[in-house]
Amino acid sequence: MKRLSLFTICLIILVGSWLVLRFVIGGVISVPIPASVIAMYMGLILIAVLVHISVEDSLFREFLRPIHETLVDDKRRVRRRVIAVLIPFFLLGYTYSIIAQRANPPGSPRDAHPSPPLELTYKDEVIGTMQDVVNPFRHYEKDDPEAFKAHVENGRRVYHQNCFPCHGDHLDGQGHFAPYLQPLPANFQDPGIIPNFQESFFFWRIAKGGPGLPAAGTPWDSAMPIWEDYLTKDEIWDVILFLSDYTGYQPRTFGEAH
Amino acid sequence: MSKKRLYLILGCVLIAYAFLAVAPVVFAQDATEAEYRPFPKIGSRNAAWIAAQLHLLFGSFILGVPMFAVIIEFIGWKTKDMRYDRMAQEFIKLCMGAFSTTALLGGVLVFILIWCYPKVMTKLSGIFGPTMIFYVVLFFGETFTLYLYSYGWDKMQGRHKGWHLFLGVLLNVWGTAIMFVSNSWLSYQTSPATQYGVLSEGRRKSWIEEKLAADPSLTPETAMEGVTSHTMVPLHNETTGEFMGTLWDAVNNFTWMPVNIHRLVGNIAFGGSIVAAYAAFRFLVAKTKEDKAHYDWMGYTGNFIALCGLIPLPFLGYWLGREIYMFNNTMGINMMGSLFSWLFIIQAVMIGVLFIGANYYLWSGMGRIEGAEVYARYRPYMITVIIICVAIWMTPRTLSKISSASELSAMGGANHPHLGLFGLMTAKNTAVNIIILTTFLSFLFYRRSGKIPTASWKRIGNVAISVIFFLATVSIVVIGIVGFTVPTDLRVNILTPYQVLVALAVMAVVTVVDIFMYRKATMSGTIKWGEMTDRSQYVLILVAITFTSLMGLMGYARSGLREAWHIFGVMQDTSPDAFTPLLSEAVNMVAIIMVAFFALVGFIFWLGLWGEKKKQAAAAPVEAEVAVESDD
Repeated sequence: MKRLSLFTICLIILVGSWLVLRFVIGGVISVPIPASVIAMYMGLILIAVLVHISVEDSLFREFLRPIHETLVDDKRRVRRRVIAVLIPFFLLGYTYSIIAQRANPPGSPRDAHPSPPLELTYKDEVIGTMQDVVNPFRHYEKDDPEAFKAHVENGRRVYHQNCFPCHGDHLDGQGHFAPYLQPLPANFQDPGIIPNFQESFFFWRIAKGGPGLPAAGTPWDSAMPIWEDYLTKDEIWDVILFLSDYTGYQPRTFGEAH
Repeated sequence: MSKKRLYLILGCVLIAYAFLAVAPVVFAQDATEAEYRPFPKIGSRNAAWIAAQLHLLFGSFILGVPMFAVIIEFIGWKTKDMRYDRMAQEFIKLCMGAFSTTALLGGVLVFILIWCYPKVMTKLSGIFGPTMIFYVVLFFGETFTLYLYSYGWDKMQGRHKGWHLFLGVLLNVWGTAIMFVSNSWLSYQTSPATQYGVLSEGRRKSWIEEKLAADPSLTPETAMEGVTSHTMVPLHNETTGEFMGTLWDAVNNFTWMPVNIHRLVGNIAFGGSIVAAYAAFRFLVAKTKEDKAHYDWMGYTGNFIALCGLIPLPFLGYWLGREIYMFNNTMGINMMGSLFSWLFIIQAVMIGVLFIGANYYLWSGMGRIEGAEVYARYRPYMITVIIICVAIWMTPRTLSKISSASELSAMGGANHPHLGLFGLMTAKNTAVNIIILTTFLSFLFYRRSGKIPTASWKRIGNVAISVIFFLATVSIVVIGIVGFTVPTDLRVNILTPYQVLVALAVMAVVTVVDIFMYRKATMSGTIKWGEMTDRSQYVLILVAITFTSLMGLMGYARSGLREAWHIFGVMQDTSPDAFTPLLSEAVNMVAIIMVAFFALVGFIFWLGLWGEKKKQAAAAPVEAEVAVESDD
């Protein structure tokens, strides 16, 4: 059997990688990967291929040989003509893909996470600095497990009375209102949500809701209500205890480990 | 170097000193007149930005180069190989060329700051005044030591070499001290606070008094409840904004030391990369085989130094980031999860370029060593590992900005359920450690190329090294996976340092084993210096460009983190430039600065070459005459 040229192998790697990303990882294994991320990965794979073929002169010559043959060798006349015909079609398709009208609106330009204020407030009362405020009931976890359990249960009640239509009964952001919201409600089961923020951050987000989001990083378009208008301070702290208790994730702390 | 040029350099340096020395007096006079003054055309912030970044880039170069020049000189002295000595001297010559420009840019920066930001400078000089005088003294020390070190190079050979090396070390002491002093000013602007445990007695008392005054229900005992040696204490009265600490409190602010260490190592990497780019350029234009061989070797050394600096940099950057989170969580979230989060994706891309470039150069270098072919078969696997790790590192956590509405809907939110995990630090740290280990493996192969070990235990040694690599990789990956499930405190303070320690331990242990295994190795081939591909030289230039751009971008992050504050939480920026520039604006600005830097560096190096050529041309007839006479 004729050995494949280095150029063909590189082409197979590139096309194969795209198929794997698009249909295997973004289909069979998981949900679809955004086109921009696939483009980013493909760029890296192209760099890997170029690095491999250009490190050694002999490999580089071997890679260029079929290109050179196609361009100048009379035996490759048919291939040359086919490529010459295909290039305008490729450009046509590429141009069409750029300028064609789409019914698919762009995603939200919002930041990953809103930037919290320096001070935490409840209505007009200043509770303290975002850095220093801690959940007043968190210490019960060690000091008084029964009291802690009671606060968690209260948090569960508050959650199921107010939050679950959007954030879901499994706290995974899959509530029955969720499909109609953009941006989608937070998924507390995601390991990147609860462990990355202090409890004061969650208090701020719950208390101030969508309208309380900062001017920077807009538009947020969050449908989250201003919960300080409906919940007491203690209820908000309790619901935060419930979030971490149910998911098993501990909110971020800056303890004595320093 | 001619006397005229020396006077010119000294003149420039003295003008810069004059700016620095009169600065505090000018600040005081200006304070009553204006808070801000506009800089024509480009605006105050852009003017200060350009001058500061260019000054920093030149400063980084002239502080980084002497660090490895003195080590190379020491190696040359110990091994009695004059090639090392000549190369170290050549490095210092490059440094000399850039020195006066650094001083001039420093002067320009001070001038812009005094003119455009008088009130800020008054505030800073009021706190840091003595350190500014100390800075000038250190600068004098560095200038004269550098001149002695450079001009005394040929005269202090032989029995005076020890003293010359001492001068080299002294030069580094001055340079490091200068950087530490100026770092205290900018790190204070970011974090004007320090921990209770290292706070001066006076500030401890005034802080408690402030607490008691703010809340009359407190007693001195209850006010101290919950206060530990790690409690962050502001250095200013929280009501009036008046500075209440000592000078040392301000200098030893919370992010000072992480910035110091990060920059110290960064200077080595940057200096190495600029030297390597210079050598690459000389290699590309070299006409003779000897010149090609020399500059190939110089480029290799520069790249090796850059790599040595680059390997610990991600850890040190992580430490700095952690300290910023510790100082202020809001600032931390702004940095990694909010305003500046996309900057860190660009950072990942650029660091990926650096590691891929460094590995590419090593692999290309193996092409000039006879007997290195045996390692070529591992290269595709190593490329694959590095590319996968870079892909993980640069995968954004939140994809909302780069996805369409239908893609977001298909993912069930802004985070991809699987790839989104790569956006978390535990995955990124794992990827970085694997990249570093792979790069180390590349270097190991390079070191071994063309050598055949003669140690009787070479088989066992190789098995042991393979096992060490395998176990280390498994440990790093397992720690990374566990990192998803533990509280952040535990991950940041315990697991991540363990990952780093595993990578460092592997590099230390394997290096020792390898040195012993190859101690009496026989050569299977020689290194054909000068027989590198031109592509590899362009990669060295790309690495230098990437380093320069990266430093500019991270400078934007460090400074931008303060947002609309000159001194975070203390002194607000009320100028028209108070807004945080867009990332695109920052990228454009950094690109302009990068081009300006390389234009200046190119001009300075060209001046050096010009002088060299004139000297050679003048010496040629004399040499010819001597040759004719000796023939007779």
